[in-house]
Amino acid sequence: MIKLEGISKSYKIARRASGLRQAAKALFYREHTIIPALNDISFSIEPGEIVGYIGPNGAGKSTTIKVMSGILVPDSGNCTIMGFNPWRDRVQYVKNIGVVFGQRSQLWWDVPVIDSFLLLRDIYKVPQKEYENNLELLVGALELQDILNSPVRQLSLGQRMRCEIAASLLHNPKILFLDEPTIGLDAVSKIAVRQFIKKINQERGVTVILTTHDMSDIEALAERVILIGKGKLLYDGKLKELRSRFGTEKTITVDYHENNYPFQIPDTTLLSWSPVRAVISVDTEVVLTSKVITQLSSKVDLIDVAIESRPIEEIIVQLYKEYQI
Amino acid sequence: MKLYFKYLLILFKSQMQYRTSFWLLSFGQFFIPFTVFAGLYFLFERFGQIKGWDFFEVALCFAVIHMAFATSECFARGYDAFSGLVVNGEFDRVLVRPRSTVVQVLGSKFEFTRFGRILQSVMVLCWALMNLSIEWSVVKAITLCLMIISGVLIFTGIYIVAATMCFWTIQGIEVINIFTDGGREIAQYPLNIYQKWITKFFTYVIPFGTVNYLPLMYILGRTEGNDILHMLTPLIGSLFILPCLLVWHFGVRHYRSTGS
Amino acid sequence: MSAYYSVLKLRLLNGMQYRAAALAGVATQFFWGFMYIMIFEAFYEYSPYTPPISLKELITYIWLQQSFLAFVMLWFRDNELFTLITSGNIAYELCRPCEIYGFWYAKLLAGRLSSALLRSFPILIVAFFLPEPYSMTLPPNVVTGILFLLALLLGLLLLVAISMYIYISVFYTMSPIGSTLMIGVLGEFFAGLIIPIPFMPDWLQSIAYMLPFRLTADFPFRVYSGHIPQNEALNGILVQLVWLVGLVWLGRIALNKALRRVVVQGG
Repeated sequence: MIKLEGISKSYKIARRASGLRQAAKALFYREHTIIPALNDISFSIEPGEIVGYIGPNGAGKSTTIKVMSGILVPDSGNCTIMGFNPWRDRVQYVKNIGVVFGQRSQLWWDVPVIDSFLLLRDIYKVPQKEYENNLELLVGALELQDILNSPVRQLSLGQRMRCEIAASLLHNPKILFLDEPTIGLDAVSKIAVRQFIKKINQERGVTVILTTHDMSDIEALAERVILIGKGKLLYDGKLKELRSRFGTEKTITVDYHENNYPFQIPDTTLLSWSPVRAVISVDTEVVLTSKVITQLSSKVDLIDVAIESRPIEEIIVQLYKEYQI
Repeated sequence: MKLYFKYLLILFKSQMQYRTSFWLLSFGQFFIPFTVFAGLYFLFERFGQIKGWDFFEVALCFAVIHMAFATSECFARGYDAFSGLVVNGEFDRVLVRPRSTVVQVLGSKFEFTRFGRILQSVMVLCWALMNLSIEWSVVKAITLCLMIISGVLIFTGIYIVAATMCFWTIQGIEVINIFTDGGREIAQYPLNIYQKWITKFFTYVIPFGTVNYLPLMYILGRTEGNDILHMLTPLIGSLFILPCLLVWHFGVRHYRSTGS
Repeated sequence: MSAYYSVLKLRLLNGMQYRAAALAGVATQFFWGFMYIMIFEAFYEYSPYTPPISLKELITYIWLQQSFLAFVMLWFRDNELFTLITSGNIAYELCRPCEIYGFWYAKLLAGRLSSALLRSFPILIVAFFLPEPYSMTLPPNVVTGILFLLALLLGLLLLVAISMYIYISVFYTMSPIGSTLMIGVLGEFFAGLIIPIPFMPDWLQSIAYMLPFRLTADFPFRVYSGHIPQNEALNGILVQLVWLVGLVWLGRIALNKALRRVVVQGG
């Protein structure tokens, strides 16, 4: 469905001088530096996948999205999406995709949301029947009934983002690009947005490509992640594998009836201990969690056990460090 | 074209959300060229004529060009205010939609407050026409309309070229004011009052001459020859927009390969 | 004084970053200058009477106007101050250890000076070497030159004092549109920027002479060419001083009153 082969792209940037003399010099002469943004990026995505596209700021995420959505023409490389070349067949191609830029709005600020939707219907030439069906579906799923008639400027960020997502799905796109869809949202809105993305992926088979800095988005949505840093592709695979490769440690917190003797379980590290609670770190490659709990229950009178994986965020931080990005 | 009107409608609705500021600004737009016109009037009061043109002839010229200018500012404002669209990245949004970039950019902004300005030019036009003895004919009336329409297209063409420059730099594009504001100021007098090179530049490069000087001579009955040919002069001027559109498409291609 | 110097330096530095903008500004001003000169040339060519100001004096007037545009335009505005007032962030400004009128005055003055420094000299220098009849002339004698500099400087100070009223009015209207428009349009006209004052009919001239606007542009420009004789120029400079003192004094009172309003309303 989506196939990128050896995409490269670099930008030319004028250097800004500081200081009066430098500034005066810059009046006549300016230096340029060439900054590579993407370096030989290749991957392919199957229909119906949800892919998390991650990387630190300036890694080349938005550049890739721009190439895939036909905004930018790369310096070299090939890209075929649904049989189209995004930049050569722009007008034909973009009918099939929806794009949400989390930091910008595609809605008209001062008019009711529904007016924006109507205009988008005309822009995408959506047949009336199809538009009505879609609208009904989207309004229901995203709970837009009450806000459809208020101007966008009066909406909260969460409400607005729900409208933005609806707006990019009115024309039934096969692929949805989401650039930081949850940025700035509160917990409730985040969950609502995620659930909806999952839903349209499952029910309509929409392929979703998602960039975000919020790893919980990725955990909740994406089975597959693509990691990019300094314009290079660093990892492409299942989130689970990433976790098992880098996140084999788990933390077990146990509460028990008062016990005044510290205990030790083989192959684990005791992180903290008190008469009623202990926190233990376990490497699951060395010993199974279930075994640890069995041993625990023989030593103390257990009340409650909580097992936490190492947060994905930490794994990513470690990854960034490892790749020095 | 249908889509353009939809854009027009939705932005008109937006504007109506701020009614007071709309009326205030329209009122201001009515007055800004007023002092300029007053200045013109006082100069004629003192000098009586300018190279053989009298006050009402120049007033007609003034009205036509100001009307064209105000109309283009109203309906092609999207191009006039294009640098903002590039700076905040909104132009990317235009590119992910399956419609021509020209219509979308035109539709991105309208400046309805320019109606105040249009209204003022209409008043000047009426005043001038009432005081000029012109032998009217259908062809002449059409010529007058074409003068205004072609004027709008020429100004729009200049905006488009200016907007295209934004793809390379957003600095210094105020130089284009020479052709928009400057063109308007120049063309509010019949072009033959200037030095030859100015007249030539604004006839052959930016064809304001085809929408004011040449057809004006015809309407005032100072020419001989085929009426229809004179009527068509403004249309030749309006062809100016074609190379501008070409330049625009070139600019869009550049933007997409550099992503400024 | 050093604070003022750093404000000016910062502005200059900022301005130089935009080399293209400055160049574009110069080019635009030249175009404008040529256009006005040609229009007047055409008017003069078949004039039945002797015009009230000679073409040479007028050409000098136009070049001065183009090069010192930053000194004479009321439109030139500082949007930072507008947002400061309308957004209510003015409260921070009140915490500064200096008087607001003086501080804003310095800020506005610096804005105009830095803009003029980058643009006026290139225009002036080139204007002297233009081919006839477009070239600009030197003032007839040294005394006139000194009087011009004095008048120009006082004119600038006066203009900033007038523009302060636009900002003060925003405290009451909460929108810069109306006041900028009215003061801008009328001020521009009565400063002689649309047509020089001598071209106006007599009744309008007498109105213009009663208002302070013409002292910011028309007056210094005509002192330069000697169109206004030296003794009259001295008189004019005295009038400028009186207006300046009066307007600053009143502006201060008005601003303080406006600020008290803000404090009472709690911003």
